Amino acid sequence: MAEEKKLFKVTIDNITIEVEPGTTVLNAARKIGGDVTPPAMCYYSKLQGSGGKCRTCLVEVAAGSAADPRPMPKLVASCRTNVMDGMVVKNITSDKVTDARNGVVEFLLINHPLDCPICDQAGECHLQDLGYEHGKEGTRYEFKRRTFEKEDIGPYIQLHMTRCILCYRCTYVADQLTDKRVHGILDRGDHAEISTYISKAIDNDFSGNMIDVCPVGALTDKTFRFKNRVWFTKPVDAHRNCDKCCGKVTLWQRGDEVLRVTARKDEWGEVQNYDGKPGWICNDCRFHKKKSSDWVIEGLTNINRHSVIGQGKYPGLVIPKETIAEVMHGRDPKLLMDIHDISDVNDPSVDLSLIEGPATSKTFEKNEQ
Amino acid sequence: MGRKLLLDKIKVENIRLYDVYRREGGYRSVERALKTMTPDAVTEEVKKSGLRGRGGAGFPTGMKWGFLAKPAEVPRYLVVNADESEPGTFKDRYLMEFIPHLLIEGMITSSYALGSNRSYIYIRGEYEWIVDILEQAITEAKNNGWLGKNILGTGFDCEIYVHRGAGAYICGEETALLESLEGKRGNPRIKPPFPAVKGLYDCPTVVNNVETIAAVVPIVNDGGTEYAKIGIGKSTGTKLISACGNINKQGVYEIEMNISVEEFIYSDEYCGGIAKGRKLKACIPGGSSVPILPANLLLTTAKGEKRLMTYESLADGGFATGSMMGSGGFIVLDDSQCVVRHTYTLARFYRHESCGQCSPCREGTGWMEKILWNIETGKGKMSDIDLLWDIQRKIEGNTICPLGDAAAWPVAAAIRHFRDEFEWHITNPEDAQRRNFGLAHYADPLKVATPA
Repeated sequence: MAEEKKLFKVTIDNITIEVEPGTTVLNAARKIGGDVTPPAMCYYSKLQGSGGKCRTCLVEVAAGSAADPRPMPKLVASCRTNVMDGMVVKNITSDKVTDARNGVVEFLLINHPLDCPICDQAGECHLQDLGYEHGKEGTRYEFKRRTFEKEDIGPYIQLHMTRCILCYRCTYVADQLTDKRVHGILDRGDHAEISTYISKAIDNDFSGNMIDVCPVGALTDKTFRFKNRVWFTKPVDAHRNCDKCCGKVTLWQRGDEVLRVTARKDEWGEVQNYDGKPGWICNDCRFHKKKSSDWVIEGLTNINRHSVIGQGKYPGLVIPKETIAEVMHGRDPKLLMDIHDISDVNDPSVDLSLIEGPATSKTFEKNEQ
Repeated sequence: MGRKLLLDKIKVENIRLYDVYRREGGYRSVERALKTMTPDAVTEEVKKSGLRGRGGAGFPTGMKWGFLAKPAEVPRYLVVNADESEPGTFKDRYLMEFIPHLLIEGMITSSYALGSNRSYIYIRGEYEWIVDILEQAITEAKNNGWLGKNILGTGFDCEIYVHRGAGAYICGEETALLESLEGKRGNPRIKPPFPAVKGLYDCPTVVNNVETIAAVVPIVNDGGTEYAKIGIGKSTGTKLISACGNINKQGVYEIEMNISVEEFIYSDEYCGGIAKGRKLKACIPGGSSVPILPANLLLTTAKGEKRLMTYESLADGGFATGSMMGSGGFIVLDDSQCVVRHTYTLARFYRHESCGQCSPCREGTGWMEKILWNIETGKGKMSDIDLLWDIQRKIEGNTICPLGDAAAWPVAAAIRHFRDEFEWHITNPEDAQRRNFGLAHYADPLKVATPA
């Protein structure tokens, strides 16, 4: 008789979910989705041992478990903390978490060059998202930002050490995907850097995946360098028969021209799984198959609505379901004031470019009379 | 004159050598433990003694040993943490340099209690001459049958290896130490799992400080109950204090944990008072990472009691008005010292030693150092003090290992108790370059807070 697996009940921000034992708090939160999910800059579910370093996913554990309901004294990294039965976790409902996360974002940004206007990662950068959601508008840092000597790590990958947030993901990729790691973290503290110790090119067949896992623009694709902004490109899903990898990729096109090839990513910015295995792609597919004729195109990639790629009138946007009707049981929401007929600006049927001038206080006086 | 358990024979000539050490009664504890006691009985004695970890955190050693997982067919390890890198702490160096056999003896006894057949001493790279001393002691012990296979015919095997670190403060953190011992980059691991379950090479491991292991020798010799009679309350036994700074007699002192801080600083038996007849301004009682205390709070607690050299009394009042015993690095500052400069020096140290793994510590320590440098050199702003406070608050408790806390506490305590001095540095930048703030009111008797 198959033994029934006991599931653990965990409550995150007052939403209760049942997950398998051994799940981390972060993965449980990802099952719920939405705002409840803590951001993660260093954790990568497909890389063993990753996580725990960036501290953006800190959460408060208000009750350790049903058996031992004491709260945990410190905030814990949700990516490396396993759920217990009856655990109560506070993420966005905890002021302590919000405060700590603001701090972490500030720490990550004080030495970041903020060169987004010339960075190829801009538009799909996790640090941009994080800064947008949890950062402050100004910086309190008044010193020179950290710089490094430039290091050439080969013909395909461009290393910008100043942008690095030391998430260690690329070293895990090199450890777990390639047979020999030739790069790593040198030095320590705020002068630690990603580098190859003896100036050596990273030339392994799967090394290109470092670009995909890099949450910021520290590792970018040299073949795509300065070619285009991501929000001007059109991502399409495509595949080819490859004897080295799964061959399932996203092509970033402008017209018919293939500007860049990346692995397909899921909603958390991680490489998608195929047949239970992560869909890493090989360097051949990534760097050398740059013609549309190399690929069988499947269709537009689904892109989340909040992505900046949506700005370019991209048709493949995933637009969330409107839930207001469901919540209101079919009734229309009651409007406190119908602003549509007060001013032309608020009237959805009026094309704004046709209005003579912006609404002023006089516009409102006229309507009241 | 207090009783000495660890250092009583240290003045004997050539105690460093096996023959002299044995003649003075050395290795009795190994004989006693291996021949007459079971491993659990040794652990039980340590529990009874109330011995607390001497490395800084003060966790009860017996309890730590009790947590050690004992799965069958899996080796267990004892690792001695001799990576003594805390500024102001040099007690283990003294112990290992002058009486190395005490550590070896303690290790054999502890290895027996824990069932460790391979024990390691992880020593900081800067102590390279001590490595030779320890290796000589190990060879001597081995030649005389105290190490190797079938020790004293009891069937217990034990080998001790000395491993040199490469000079990183972070490798004194137990999980970083284990990583380094395995040959990896010395980054602290994320806990749990704790080393008692998954430590060195994923096997159950106990990591103890040099002094803790050395203290096992008198505990086994005289019995745990006898050891627990020394000291006050939960602070049992003797503690090595390495005193430095502006005092007349710097050095390592073994104290019974029942004397007052005042006695320790001013009595001729210990520090012998403040050097050059100056006045006591502040003191860091337990190594650079514990909060600094001004003279008035150091000598008496906020309750108005005399502060004693015990774990509890030094921590009395929490971080608001107290500090910690830490690793026993007693740093005394007189009225000619500048607290801002001192805090900057510590911040610089922690920036340099942060491993760079987690962001708050990596970025925050460097930021604090730069702000403190600005204040020290007369370029500070009043808002910088609040900014410093905010940075340290956001580092503390949000990092993987305690180095983040250790970097935040000195800054927090300096601002908490010496804010006037920081403000003076900012409002009188030119004055601050020429002279120090002096003693100010930091030694004034405090009004005793009356409990409600």
